[in-house]
Amino acid sequence: MSIIMLRQLLNFVISLFVLTLFTFGLTHLFPEDTAFIISQNLQPNSLVKIEDVVSDSSHFFSEYVQYVNQIYQGNLGFSSVRGTSVFKEFFIYFPATLELSLAALLFAIFAGIPLGIIAAKNKNKWPDKLIVSSTLFGYSMPIFWWAMLLILFFSLWLGITPVASRIGFEYDIQPITGFMLIDTLLSNKSYSIEAFYSALHHMLLPAIVLGTIPLAVLTRSTRSAMISILTEDYIRSAKARGLSLTSVIWKHALRNAMIPIVTSIGLLISILITGSLITESIFSWPGTGKWLLEAVYRRDFTVIHGAILAIASFIILVHFLLDLLSIYLDPRRRRA
Amino acid sequence: MDLRSQFYSQTKVPSNLFRWWSQFRSNKLSLIALVVYLIIGTFALFAHFIAPFDPTTQFTDAIHIPPSWYDEGQTKFILGTDYIGRDIFSRLVFGAQLSLSLASIVVFLSASVGITLGVVSSFANYGIDSLIMRIMDFILAIPSLILAVVIVAIIGPGLPNAIYAVALVLVPHFVMVTRTAIEQEKNKEYVTAMLLDGASKTRLFFNTILPNIFPPIIVQLTFAFSTAILEIATLGFLGLGAQSPDPEWGTILSESHHNIMFAPWTVSIPGLAIFFTLLSVNLVGDGLRDAIDAEKK
Amino acid sequence: MKNLNTLFSALLVYSLFLVGCSKDTGSTVKDKVLVYCSEASPQSFNPQLVTSGSTFDASRQIYNRLIEFKPGSSHIASSLASKWEISDDGKEYIFNLREKVKFHSTDYFKPTRDFNADDVLFSFQRQWKKQHPYHYVSNLGFRYFESMGLNHRIKDIIKLNDHQIKFILNRPDATFLATLAMDFTSILSAEYAEQLLTKGHPENLDNHPIGTGAFQLVRYQADAFIRYKAHPQYWKGKEKLEELVFAITPDPSLRFARLIAGECDLMAKPLPIHLKAVTNYPYIQTMNEPGSNIAYLAMNTNKKPFDDPKVREALNYAINKDALIKIVYQNTAEIAKNPIPPNMWSYNRDTPTIPFSLETAQKLLTQAGYPNGFEMDLWAMPVQRSYNPNATKMAELIKQDLEKIGIRTKIVTYEFGAFLEKVKKGEHQTALLGWIGDNGDPDNFFSPLLSCNATLSGNNAAFWCNPTFDQLIKQAGMISDIYTRTQLYQKAQEQFSKAKPWVPIAHSRQFILANKRVKNFHLAPTDGVYFSGVTLKTSSNGKIQN
Repeated sequence: MSIIMLRQLLNFVISLFVLTLFTFGLTHLFPEDTAFIISQNLQPNSLVKIEDVVSDSSHFFSEYVQYVNQIYQGNLGFSSVRGTSVFKEFFIYFPATLELSLAALLFAIFAGIPLGIIAAKNKNKWPDKLIVSSTLFGYSMPIFWWAMLLILFFSLWLGITPVASRIGFEYDIQPITGFMLIDTLLSNKSYSIEAFYSALHHMLLPAIVLGTIPLAVLTRSTRSAMISILTEDYIRSAKARGLSLTSVIWKHALRNAMIPIVTSIGLLISILITGSLITESIFSWPGTGKWLLEAVYRRDFTVIHGAILAIASFIILVHFLLDLLSIYLDPRRRRA
Repeated sequence: MDLRSQFYSQTKVPSNLFRWWSQFRSNKLSLIALVVYLIIGTFALFAHFIAPFDPTTQFTDAIHIPPSWYDEGQTKFILGTDYIGRDIFSRLVFGAQLSLSLASIVVFLSASVGITLGVVSSFANYGIDSLIMRIMDFILAIPSLILAVVIVAIIGPGLPNAIYAVALVLVPHFVMVTRTAIEQEKNKEYVTAMLLDGASKTRLFFNTILPNIFPPIIVQLTFAFSTAILEIATLGFLGLGAQSPDPEWGTILSESHHNIMFAPWTVSIPGLAIFFTLLSVNLVGDGLRDAIDAEKK
Repeated sequence: MKNLNTLFSALLVYSLFLVGCSKDTGSTVKDKVLVYCSEASPQSFNPQLVTSGSTFDASRQIYNRLIEFKPGSSHIASSLASKWEISDDGKEYIFNLREKVKFHSTDYFKPTRDFNADDVLFSFQRQWKKQHPYHYVSNLGFRYFESMGLNHRIKDIIKLNDHQIKFILNRPDATFLATLAMDFTSILSAEYAEQLLTKGHPENLDNHPIGTGAFQLVRYQADAFIRYKAHPQYWKGKEKLEELVFAITPDPSLRFARLIAGECDLMAKPLPIHLKAVTNYPYIQTMNEPGSNIAYLAMNTNKKPFDDPKVREALNYAINKDALIKIVYQNTAEIAKNPIPPNMWSYNRDTPTIPFSLETAQKLLTQAGYPNGFEMDLWAMPVQRSYNPNATKMAELIKQDLEKIGIRTKIVTYEFGAFLEKVKKGEHQTALLGWIGDNGDPDNFFSPLLSCNATLSGNNAAFWCNPTFDQLIKQAGMISDIYTRTQLYQKAQEQFSKAKPWVPIAHSRQFILANKRVKNFHLAPTDGVYFSGVTLKTSSNGKIQN
């Protein structure tokens, strides 16, 4: 088993290197100078060009080594518009995206898995058909339109959900972890609990919007996983032995269905990151998606570069962890 | 003498196409979807004749007219007008033309490049194959929208650039599907048999393998088509694709977003257009895939 | 399986419970906090470095100046300078500085002394002297200091004692006091600056600001919010408002939605459609002031055919200004005939109003030798400004007008920064531009936009240099007597009206929408917001809507 783990680790590290190669090449495509990205002596707020700073070596490879070295030290350059450190900015915005994505994922899991099971149990009967067509609706719905409809109906017409942002503006919460739900509880202000509820309230619509497609995906994959397992011999023999369908599902089927489901969650990360770009923009949620988008509008290439590097690294990391998890869950994969 | 025994009766073996079609036809939902899609396609094709007005004409005294079934609506503007007085129905019809043609171009571009790469990769030596697969794996790891957004950030916003960006992003999917399909075919027994018989690789490829990999590729084409429509609309919505006053559906939504409180129909109706188009394409794709899968069994 | 179901339904019920309940809480917290939906992030917290209104809005709450405008007007009043004397030759100003004024105390700085002349010296010398250690920190440049020409106008600044400071000017300057009320002359803390220099982080002066003003900075998240709290030792007395929040919302429709939903108490820069819709919400009030601004079509007199005054006159007759007011401004503006707005002193009411007349325009064109019109370009900016909500729309309407007399127009636009640069270089034939007055002084319109000097910097987009006009405004800038200045400016407007380097289009009114619980708020005519003195009516049950 440890050989497998090692191989996965190697794959992970190689992927990260390929990523840096890609982003390094990307910097050469940017119309601006690459000064903001590799140089280490730039003052924030100063617009110094690369010719003035460093890089006497024009060789691709040594530039690349310098580049990786900078990244390893945490220097992703400074935003050409704001002058703030890209590395620091990422860690300010990332927890917001993480928090929202987790909320959306939980929504998708807690609604999707049960729905998938119900659909599998009632295969080809009306609950199944209803659920399957709903998932199709979920896939075909453009996220930005769905968000606008929900905001129009719930926030503007009914007024029961907030319009945007992570929390009401009247609450001053000091960012300690970056996760609003935790920070509100950690806050020493008198309105800390009230602020917690406000944060939850603000998360409702964005999480639903972001989680809609993952919900559809998870429902579908749970359904197909359950269906194929339920027809397996060992299930039929369990049923023949007299176990009820429910306990069969709970004791045997679910365990094994987890494997393809966990794989689906890996796919979901991509969907969540993509969705966060649009969701954060519409709900004015201060996360990495909105950060990247604003950088694109402002042509702030240092930030664009940093955001891509950071987001892609995160995805590679999650895939690596999920791979480890599925190896643990699936005894078949533990052997080489 | 029994004359019938003298004759060699030939049974008519239905072609693949026919089998798929009858399978597909039995799926009622997909059939309806196909019809809907064809209707949308007709609207797109004959936009000039169907649309009552030019999509960019502004009727300055007819701003924010609601759809005709409201009291304040007018029959002249069936679906109402937008914030500078343009007829929504005309814009949507031309938008259909735009979306469908753009998506077709995108799919054509990415399929040509992707399929070619897939073929090259599966017949190339281990090194090149590995390299191509690594690169494709890598591109697939980055979410498609993010990649498209970054590409547009580099080459600039606008319709042609959005097309290139989305086409680029879809290439790996075609590469993977093509290569996987070819690999599966290559390992089949009849291929080995033909090789042993002395068939040349090229002949093998064009006569045998290629026709058999059509099914998964066609399914991929449908899904790429729906993805292309969505991505182009998303880029348009973000302001990175089609620009005003082009009647691209996503661009229309980005304009009406600002007036959602005052003219909700400018948001709901164009969104429905995207939704129904995507739904029908997805259903057709689903039906196609089910038909082909059923066929395989 | 059962457990999963019950868990799921429990969560559902719980979330509905949350949604239902949390509407009624939050009433007492909101009573002390004012939330203002602003339209952009500030570029810096130091008004010395920038020219954008959004930055001034953010910094104005933190700083004071020697002189300030009375709330809601352009009349000057004492502030950090309690009184002043002007010498007979008009070149020397002695300011008595207010005593016992305290700077902000925050977790990044604790002042050990009160405000004194050193702070004034520092604030000005930093912008003025190239050798000053702070001159090149935050390399944005001191835009206003330079464009107002203070580096030429000031000869010397002398500290007489801790509470008296003398400014010596090179020439008598009637606009000097008004200039000292402008944001870029805000007074910073010299002690804080020294501390930062020794610690090696001078740039913090501009992004972790310390001032003497009504509010101090608590927390800032870029593109999200700015939090202020009342300065407990403000020299005018601590504000009734305990906390102030700027909710940065660049999207105007989101700002409006937030206002309606009660998430913001005030909304910056409402669009005309919002002004109309507000009638549906009885808890929102509309506040407006005549704006100190002008929108105009500049005709580049360096390029044919706009070197011909008849052609320029023809365009003045050919543009339907009423339609523009109705369609582009949705009736929130008035037609302009002079370069300065009607609420500015010395406005010449006798300037003839040019009616919309295509026949006259056609006649003039024929007389000028263009009976069949000509081709021209019209530059329009892609962004919304307070003097022009939609320049591209305006350009399209003007194009339609001009077509009727045979003029074929090509509309040109660039990204805003690039647009301004190119116009400065004179690449345009005509351009739709505008200007917002900064200090309630007519010179602030005439000099930067129409003087001969301004043709060199490119701010005079018509590149119109008329010696008589130029002489009149130069003189008026030097004499302190308001009556004489008024005469001079009126004559200058006559010159302008004869030569017609522009088609003056409109002066837009400034609007702001606010929840009715906001009291004592006034819009400054320079379109800025200032929250000192503002209070909130506390509601009994906290429900903001209806």
